[in-house]
Formats: sequence, C-alpha cells, structure tokens
Amino acid sequence: MATLDSKIPPGELSAKWVRHKAAIRLVNPANKRKYEVIVVGAGLAGSSAAASLAELGYKVSCFVFHDSPRRAHSIAAQGGINAAKNYQNDGDSVHRLFYDTLKGGDYRSREANVHRLAEVSVDIIDQCVAQGVPFAREYGGLLDNRSFGGAQVSRTFYARGQTGQQLLLGAYAALSKGIAAGGITLHTHSEMLDLVVIDGNAKGIIVRDLVTGAITRHAADAVILATGGYGNVFNLSTYARGSNASAIWRAYKRGACFANPCFTQIHPTCIPVTGDYQSKLTLMSESLRNDGRIWVPKKKEDRLKPPASIPEADRDYYLERIYPSFGNLCPRDVASRAAKRVCDEGRGVGVSGLGVYLDFGDAIGRLGEAVVRSRYGNLFDIYKEITDENAYQQPMRIFPAVHYTMGGLWVDYNLMSNLPGLFVLGEANFSDHGANRLGASALMQGLADGYFVVPYTVGDYLATQKPGSRPSADDAAFKAAEESVAWSTSKLLTVKGKEPVSHFHKRLGHIMWQYCGMARNKAGLEQAMKEIPALRAEFWENVNVPGSGDTLNQSLERAGRVADFLELGELMCRDALAREESCGGHFREEHQYPDGECKRDDVNFAHVAAWEFAGDGKVPIRNTEPLVYETVKMSVRNYK
Amino acid sequence: MSTTTFSVTVRVWRQEGPGKPGAFADYTVGGVNPDMSFLEMLDVLNDDLTAKGIEPVAFAHDCREGICGTCSLVIDGKPHGPHHGVASCQTYMRSYREGDVIVVEPFRARPFPVIKDLVTDRTAFEKIQQAGGFISIRTGSAPEANSVPVPKEVADLAMDAAQCIGCGACVAACKNASAMLFVAAKVSHLGLLPQGQPERDRRVLAMVSTMDGLGFGSCTNQYECSAACPKLISHDFIARMNRDYAKAIFRSSFKPVAAGADE
Repeated sequence: MATLDSKIPPGELSAKWVRHKAAIRLVNPANKRKYEVIVVGAGLAGSSAAASLAELGYKVSCFVFHDSPRRAHSIAAQGGINAAKNYQNDGDSVHRLFYDTLKGGDYRSREANVHRLAEVSVDIIDQCVAQGVPFAREYGGLLDNRSFGGAQVSRTFYARGQTGQQLLLGAYAALSKGIAAGGITLHTHSEMLDLVVIDGNAKGIIVRDLVTGAITRHAADAVILATGGYGNVFNLSTYARGSNASAIWRAYKRGACFANPCFTQIHPTCIPVTGDYQSKLTLMSESLRNDGRIWVPKKKEDRLKPPASIPEADRDYYLERIYPSFGNLCPRDVASRAAKRVCDEGRGVGVSGLGVYLDFGDAIGRLGEAVVRSRYGNLFDIYKEITDENAYQQPMRIFPAVHYTMGGLWVDYNLMSNLPGLFVLGEANFSDHGANRLGASALMQGLADGYFVVPYTVGDYLATQKPGSRPSADDAAFKAAEESVAWSTSKLLTVKGKEPVSHFHKRLGHIMWQYCGMARNKAGLEQAMKEIPALRAEFWENVNVPGSGDTLNQSLERAGRVADFLELGELMCRDALAREESCGGHFREEHQYPDGECKRDDVNFAHVAAWEFAGDGKVPIRNTEPLVYETVKMSVRNYK
Repeated sequence: MSTTTFSVTVRVWRQEGPGKPGAFADYTVGGVNPDMSFLEMLDVLNDDLTAKGIEPVAFAHDCREGICGTCSLVIDGKPHGPHHGVASCQTYMRSYREGDVIVVEPFRARPFPVIKDLVTDRTAFEKIQQAGGFISIRTGSAPEANSVPVPKEVADLAMDAAQCIGCGACVAACKNASAMLFVAAKVSHLGLLPQGQPERDRRVLAMVSTMDGLGFGSCTNQYECSAACPKLISHDFIARMNRDYAKAIFRSSFKPVAAGADE
C-alpha cells in the first residue's frame, strides 16, 4: 500500500501557506545550478514552472510533444481567470473565492490546497499584467471583470474570448526568455514515454523524438509533470486532438497513485455532435451564460419548430426556473445534468434531440447587437463557422461535452506525488477542484502551481538530495526503461491488423460516454468493465499502424496514446463503481435526491481515492486519503 | 444538418522527409458530409489509406478550433484555404461540391523546411521569439496590477496584435517569405503597453535582426500576409514596427559610452 501523507501544515487555514513557506527547506543560490529539473509539458503550469525555476537558478529541461510550447492546449481556454482582487467592490475576498471553489467542487477537494489557490490568485494577475497580458480594461484604464458560474461576484479577468491564449503567451514569453538566457533547454517534438524511478525517487524520463523516432534517456534531480488532462479517453471532447494521458499513465504504472480518475467535467455549453466522422467538440465559453438564456420548448412536439415561432409562454428557461438564485450561471455539473434531463424528457432541440437553446435575443434587445458583438464576437464567429448558423438571429444550439478532468495523479500539499521527486501540476494533478471545477479556475490553478507553488516546494525536496547525487542516464534503470519503450513502440508496429487506431478510439469513446459520462450506474459500469478489456484485447490483435518507427508517424503516436486510454478508461469505470455516492461531476443514478440532485455520502466517501498500480492484469489497490475539514462544514450544495 | 454526402479528389503533396523529393498524389474521398471540417475529411482519407496499406498523409493539427496555430495547409494555393480570418481547421466541406479537385500543400518558405508531407518545421519563429519577444519580469516581482492604468484603446489595440497564433500563414502567403507581420504583431503588442517600454528598443532591434538572419525575406507592402492571417492582424502593425525600428536605430547610435570604455 502506498503511503499517502498529505503534508497539510498545521495551524489556522489562512496562515498555513505563509507559515509553510517560511518553514520549508531552501537550496542555497550557488547550489541551485547543480540541480537539474525536468519539466514535461509547457502549458500554463509547465511553462510558468520552467520559467520560474530557471529564474531561481536551477538547470531546467522542458519537453513538449508539440512543435512549439505555444501550442499547448491551455491556449484554447476562452472565458477567463478568477482572482480575489475585489476590484468590483462587490464583496469578494480570498475567503469567498476559497469557499466558492470548495463548494463548487462539492466538498471533495482539500481545504488547505484550495485556500492557497485563492491566496495566490491575486499574485497571478499582477504577474500576468506585468508580462504584458492585454486583459480587458475599462475606460479609466483599470482592469475589467465578468462573472462565471458558481459565484455571485464578478472576479473573472479576461482577454476577449482568448484568455487562455494570452496567459499562455505570457508564460511562453517567460519560457522563451529563460531559453534565451540559457537556463532552460527546450526539447520540442519530444514525447515522454516512461518515468525512471531509482530507489523510490523519480530521477528521469525516457523520451521519443516524434520526428526522428530516436528514444533517449534524460536524468534529473526532480521531474515535474504538467501534461494536462485525460478527457480524450472519451474520443470526442473539447480537448486538442493531441492531448493525452501517456505521461501520467506511465508514471502511474511506475508507482504514482492516480486520484479520483472518475471525476470528469462535462461542460454544458458546447456545439452538439453532428456525425460519426467528428473529431472534436467545440466549447462555447461559459461567459456566454452572463447574457445568454438557456431554454427548451415546454412541449415535446415543439422541439423541431423554428425557435422564433415558439412563444415565450411555451418556453422553459429551466435553469432560471430550477435555480432562481444562480439561474443560468449555476455550476457546470448542475447545468449539464439539467440539460441531459430535459433532453431525456424528449424536449431536446435539433434533429438528434441532443441540444438546448442558448438564446441572446433578450441580451440583444437590452444591450444592442453591437455590445453583444463586442463581448462575444469571436465566439459567435466560431459558432457560425462550425454550424453555418447566425447566433445573432437565432439561438445557439448547445449540448454538454467532456471538457476537463478533475482527477489526476495524487499529490501532497507540496504538489509532490507519492513517488518522491515527482511533482505534478495543473490539470494533470487532482488537487484543487474536487468533484467539479468552477469556470475560470483551471487557468488560475495552472499558473498558481507553476509560478507560485512549485518554485518553493521543489526546493524543499531538492534540499534532501545531495548536489551531484543525480544518477547517470547510463544507470541500469534507465536502460531497462528505454528498452521497454522501444519494445512497446515496435509492438504497435508489428500487430499489422486491419482496423485503424481511430476506430478503437471511437469505440472506447462510445463506451465511456454511455457508461461513465454524465450519469453512471452499477450495471452500466460493470458492463463497461467487460467491454473495455475486450476492446483492449482486440486492439492488440487487430490494430493497423502503418509506416515505421524512425520517421514522423502520427498513426504510431496516436496508437500509443489510445493504448494507454484503453487501460485508463477501465480504471475510471472502476473508480466510478467504487464511489457509491454522487458528487459534482460524478453522478451515480442510485444516489440522488427526488429532485435529481447529487446525494453525497460524507460518512463513507469524504475521501480521495488514490489508485495504486499492482501489475498488468491485476486489480489496482484503492488507497484513501480522508478529507479533513477544519474550517468549512460540508453541506448539501444549494444553488436554488 | 445536411445529410447528402459527396466525393472530392484531393491532390496532396507527399514528401517522405526533409530534403527528399516530393510529388503530388491524387486520392478520392467519398462520403464527405458538408458539416465535416477539412481536417476531418483528411482523417477519413487517412483511415481509407491505412486500410489500403498506403501510409497516411502527415498533416499538422491539434486544437481544431483555430487557436493553437498548428494546422498549416495551403489549400488551392491559399494558406489556410478559401475563407478569410480562419485557420485550416476551421474550413468546412460545405465550401466544396461533388467532383471538386482540391490541391493541398504545405506552407512553402525556405525558413520552414518540410518535415514530412504537409508538416513543416517552424522553429525559426521560436528563435525570433527568444530574441526578445518578452518583458523581463521575474516571477514574484510584479507590482499591483491596477497600479499602472492602461487606456482601453491601447489595451484593445495591443490585444488586436497579441491575437497572433504563430501559424506562419503570413510567411507562406508572402512571395518573399517575409515574417514581418508575425514580428510586427509581437513587437506592437508589447511595445504598445506601458509594461513593454523599458525593453522597447532592444526588443525591436533584436527580433528584426534575428528574423533577417534566419532567411526571411523583406516586406514589399503587398499585404498578402494580412489577407491570409487567420486572425486578420492588420498590416498597419508592420508600419508601426518600421517606425519603432527607425527610432530604435536612431537612439541606439547615440548610446552614451561609459568613460574609459574601450571602443
């Protein structure tokens, strides 16, 4: 059994981080350059961590599978980033942001981590503005804010509908500065395919060059994974096509625990699926819910009528009806399930019946088209490109889609996994969002982890490692890991079956969406746990990966990633089955209140489930870390 | 939602590797749905080719929502295809009809060598960025965000420039393979903001000289770059950069020299 010590510092909640920073070990400036730190991934968390660590004097190597760090999928975040600045004078505070995030996560995250996140949120905004991030401003020149789901204050900072892009370009600029200064070595087109663990400590990685196929070993004093989430296990999602779980999955298979894998976020406002050929789903930012009103017809028979022909009296603005105090801005899990319910009732719009309206008619009437265009113009443009419909004239059709994974590798308060020396940041870890993430919090967490947490906590670990004690990349453990990567790569090429990788990915996605999506139940999850291993066996017998391993081979890249998803999907179902309660994005049909809301079980499930790999073909071990709340009382979430 | 499907012929550039000879190959893609994206049509083609034992066409793509800047196709001679203000991934098959022959090539420019088929190496942009495309602020040393007001018009104009997705269509569209629009967008974004002033001269000089050194051509003011830009970044930023550059050159020639310094 793995040891899960959360290392939450003692004392008053609001003083924990300050005292912890003052208490943890330091590395002397002259020694910092003797330590090498590997950072895998260069999204918000990876870029900000690499840049900040290099500024401190550590030698940093950064690995990305893209051709440039600026391609990481943080770039696609639209709506904004939360921070407890209280610039709007509307009563916001660190405590409120902490409380909203904890409650939004349905009381399945750690108090201490979430409080720290809220504390450093204000520093993030300062940092980004100083980097030249062109946030939206008011005429007086000060920063503007808007509202996001699950909050009753306006604390979201934004740069049009491209906030993630601008924040990432800020972090990427910092990374570029570090590269130019020589503190960071950048490896592009480099995919991490294994973690090297020596004497229980993470000491390096094995990497495949996606252009040349060369497999190389890289030793370090500490390894940081900032490789994002695993939502592409569903095949169709708002993730980039390249987003994958391989780095964290292979770390899991080397002993890092995987926490709460079943906690996935289904975002309520995405463009609905149109056909089987589809490769991705596109998000329509949550910020649209500031002004858009969500509705379906009251009567089933109206669902295919032109929306304009349905009179007000025959429309059901169901979020405003069920959740009057939060209305259209209720949290994502709540809004998604409500959409599913009305579609299940046969009132969904569009040919497939899997859609609801997001209507700007009122907003255009109240504010004029020009104002709506200035707030959301780029989103309306994206909608037009994809659907060929004009959302200024008719409501958008939207439907929930997989968007984020709250689960991830288990980390302690220092963001270090149960494998010493392995740190996990951003979406790749599990730490801050519990069972549901609030909008505009992913950017906050990625940058908090990278700029303001890990630069301190890595030092605390490195101080225990003698300078120069880093193992050589010629160590036997490195050679063995390299051989294992080379073997599994060539194995994919030698199956020479009939079906392309994409077919397996689609079939896995169908299983996951049907049984481990917005609603789950025992029978379905058990079914999925039969179907997934069967599909996995078929994959290894019948996958067709053309080409060779020594050039750019996109089929081979995807095959490796899908092979990992075929294992991870099963773990997600196993976790969902074991968690006999509903909380946040994890909705077990057996556990609900009569009105269809989540019924948590705080007596038996107020814990983190951290799965430990037990060997191929063996049932993994379910470790638990109790969630001890010292300040907040766990209560039933109420957005009504 | 459309249900009638059709077939097209794609004439694709196939090239095994860097420096290897390349050639066009024709493939028929059936079952094309008008709501399919152009890249989804290529996915269908690639699954077909895989089934037939032909190596699939390599093409760069990732986010498929027009923001990551990875996709980089020249479709019928136009970088990112027939429509203004969108990336290749946002081109939809409803723009095509039964029987169309669609020519698909990689971005062609000497500083962007072909890696394979439709994938090019755009590392040159990284080098330009690293030469000075940043504000040197150390983590933790930033002043309070609202301590420096930025007029809304200035922030908006900076944002217009900052939207660049770094795809390189501007280079591919230019007969001289000039990177002026890319560089001008970064120089203007940072140079417009008060936070970018301390390094304004150094930045423009370093980025322009790196750009020149990497083999990008000169600008002859025909603005093909702006027309091809998926974010419609204005060529006015090129003029702004030229002014910045001239001022920086002028100022740098009057740089005070410390007493006793060896020249």
